[in-house]
Amino acid sequence: MNNLTSKKNTLGSFFSKIFAMDSIKSIIASLVCILGGFLVGAVILILLAAFTNDIPLYEAFSGLSILLSGPFASGNLKDILFNLGDMLLESAPLMMTGLSVAIAFKTGLFNIGAPGQYLMGAMTALLIALSVPKPDNAALAFVYWLIAFLAAIVAGMLWGAIPGLFKAIFNVNEVIVCIMTNWIAANVVSWVFKASGDKFINFTETKVNFIRPTYTNGVATPKLGLDKLFPGSNIDISIFIVIIIAIGMYILINKTTFGYELKACGFNKNAAKYAGMNEKRNIIISMAIAGGLAAGGAALWYLNGKNDFLWNTYSMLPSEGFNGIPTALLASNNPIGVIFSSIFLRYIDKGGFNLAGYTAFNEYVSDLIIAMIIYFSGFSKFIRDLLSRKKAEEKRLKAPIEAAKEKGENK
Amino acid sequence: MVFLIQKTLIYAIPLLIVALAGMFAERSGIINIALDGIMIFGSFIGALFVYLMQMNNVFADQPQTMFILSMLVAAVAGALFSLLLSFSAIKLKADQTIGGTALNLLAPAIALFIIKVFFMQDKLVMPKDIGFVILNNDLPLFAKIFFDKAYVSTFIVIALFVILSILLYKTKYGLRLRSCGEHPQAADSVGINVYKMRYLGTTISGALAGMGGYIYIATVAGGTCDGAVAGMGFLALAIMIFGNWKPLGIALGSLLFGLLKCIGPTYTFLDLNGDGVFLLKDLGMPMYFYNLIPYVAVLVVLAFSSKKSRAPKAEGIPYDKGAR
Repeated sequence: MNNLTSKKNTLGSFFSKIFAMDSIKSIIASLVCILGGFLVGAVILILLAAFTNDIPLYEAFSGLSILLSGPFASGNLKDILFNLGDMLLESAPLMMTGLSVAIAFKTGLFNIGAPGQYLMGAMTALLIALSVPKPDNAALAFVYWLIAFLAAIVAGMLWGAIPGLFKAIFNVNEVIVCIMTNWIAANVVSWVFKASGDKFINFTETKVNFIRPTYTNGVATPKLGLDKLFPGSNIDISIFIVIIIAIGMYILINKTTFGYELKACGFNKNAAKYAGMNEKRNIIISMAIAGGLAAGGAALWYLNGKNDFLWNTYSMLPSEGFNGIPTALLASNNPIGVIFSSIFLRYIDKGGFNLAGYTAFNEYVSDLIIAMIIYFSGFSKFIRDLLSRKKAEEKRLKAPIEAAKEKGENK
Repeated sequence: MVFLIQKTLIYAIPLLIVALAGMFAERSGIINIALDGIMIFGSFIGALFVYLMQMNNVFADQPQTMFILSMLVAAVAGALFSLLLSFSAIKLKADQTIGGTALNLLAPAIALFIIKVFFMQDKLVMPKDIGFVILNNDLPLFAKIFFDKAYVSTFIVIALFVILSILLYKTKYGLRLRSCGEHPQAADSVGINVYKMRYLGTTISGALAGMGGYIYIATVAGGTCDGAVAGMGFLALAIMIFGNWKPLGIALGSLLFGLLKCIGPTYTFLDLNGDGVFLLKDLGMPMYFYNLIPYVAVLVVLAFSSKKSRAPKAEGIPYDKGAR
C-alpha cells in the first residue's frame, strides 16, 4: 500500500516536473489557443447554419470535420497525397517569412516589411533564373538555381537593412520605414518588369499579367523524387531547405554569442549598450537577416519552376509577407516552433479550401479561425501565469502541512 | 490646380481621421496596430447597412442623410470591434501587437466570409449615387476649392479634427488621457482610473478608424467593399508617427501625403498652371515613379526630422498596478 502511494507520487512529481518546464507550458498554452480558435469557428458555423434557411444544421458539423481534416478531407488517396504535397510546398515560403518576423522580434523589432523583402527576393530570383542561358545539364542548372537563390537572399538582406539603418542612424520607428519600403518595393518590382518589356512576361501562354515560370528556362528547385511520392503536386525539396535554415536560426539565436547579443538588444537596448555591445550594428544585422529570410522564402517559391508571379503588383502586397506575423506569433518567436506553426497554418488553409468545395461555407472560415487563434495566443502569457500561479499556490498551501509531517516524523 | 487640391483632400481625409484614431489610442498608452482591421470592419458594416437600407427603400431619395447615417454606423461598428483589442490589452494585459495583428486578420476574414455566404461573391458594391455635395458649380475660385465637388465627409472630418484637438489639449479628459500614455503610475496616484482612460482612448480610436474605413471605400475606392483598404490603416499609422503623435503634425502629414499620393493616378491629365501643357506626362516617366514619390518623401522627411520624434512613453506597456 505504502509502496503504491510512493509510486504514484513519483509519477505525479514526474508530471508536475514536466508541466513546470517552460517549453511544455508554452506548448500547452498554444494548444489551448488553437482549441479556442476552433471553438469560435465551430460556434460561428453552427450559428450561421441555425439562422439561415438554406444551410442545414448538419452541414455545420460536416464543415467542421472537413476543416479539421485539412488535406485529408477527400478520403481518396490520390487527392490526399496531392494536397499533402502542395501543403508542404506552400509551407516553405510561409516558414521563411515567419522566421523573418520571429528573428526581428527577438531583437525587439517588428518586421512588418516582410512583404517588400519578399517581393525583392522574388524579383531577383526570377531575373537571374530567366536571364541565364538555358542550362544543358543538371549540374549547371543546379549552379544557376543556387546563384539565383543566394542572390535573392542578398537582395532581401540589403532591402531589409534599410529599416535597420533608419532605426540605428536616425532613430526612426522601424514600423513606418517597413511600411514605406513595402510600397516602394511593390512599385520598383512592377517598374523593373514593365521596363524589361517582353523579356520576362509570359506571352507564350498569353498570361500577360504574369512572369514566365522558371522551368521554361530550365531552372527549378530539385525534386529528388518527391514528386513521385506526392503525385500531381509540384512539391520540391524547399521544405527541407527551410527546416535546415530554421534549425540554423535556432542555433544562431540560442547557442551563439551573437544570438545572445541580438536577444540582449531586444530585452533592453540601453543595458546592451552599457554592457559594451554595439546595439546599432545589431539592429541593422538583425533586420538584414530578417530581410534575407523573407526574400529566400520568395526565391524558393518562385524557383519551384511552376509558380506564376504577378508582376504588375504596385497596388498590392503579397499575403505571404503579412502571414509571417501570425506564423511567428503562434510559435512565440521560436524558430523551431515556426516549422510547426507554418505547417499547421497551411493545414488549416487546405481545410478551408476543401470546405469551399464541399459545403455552402467558404475558405474564409479558416482565416477567421487563424485570426482567433492569434487573438487567443496574446493571452498565452496569461494562461502560463495562471498555470504557474496555481502550482505556486498549491506549494504554498502544502508547505506547512509538509513541515508539520516532517516534524512528526522526527519525533 | 483646383482639381489637384480636390484630389488631395479626397486622399488626405481618410488618412487624417484614421491617423487621429491611432493618435488617440497611443496617447492613452495602447499601440493600435489594428487600425487597418478596424477600418475594414467599419467599412464592411457601413456598406452592409447601406445595402440593407437600399433594399428596403429607406432614405432612398436622400443620399446625404444616408451617407451620414452609414458613417455613424461604421463608427459604432469600429468602436465595438476595437473593444476586442482593449479587452485583451487592458484587462488581460496581452501583448498589444499580437492583439492588433489578430484584429487585422479577423476583420477581412469576417467581412469576406459573410459577403461570400450571403452574396456569393467576393465584394459588396454599394450603389453609386452616394456622392457629391455639389453646392454650386460657378463659385469664385477660393470657394470652389472647398465647396465644389466635395464630399460631406470632408467637412465632418475637418470638424471632428478641430473638436478632437480641443478635447485632447484643452479639457481635463484630454489631460488625463495623455497622462495615462506618459506615466500611468503617476496618473493613478492622483486618482485617475488608468484602465477607464485607456478604454476610452481605444474606443474613440476604434470609432474614428471605423468611420475612416467607410469614408475610404465610399470616396477613394468608389463604393466597393472587398475586405481590404489597400493598406490605408498602416499608412495612417505611419502618418501618425510622421506627425509626431500630435494633431497638427498629423494634419500636415496627411495633406502632404495626400498631395503626393494623388499624383500617381492623375499625372497623365494633370495641368498644373492651366496652360494646356501636361508637364508631368511629357516627362515620360512611368506611373510607378510617381507612385514611389510619397513613400520616398516620407522617408526623407523622417530622416531629417527624427531627432524631435517622441512617442508616448508608456505606449505598448500593459498597466500593472503593482509594478513600480
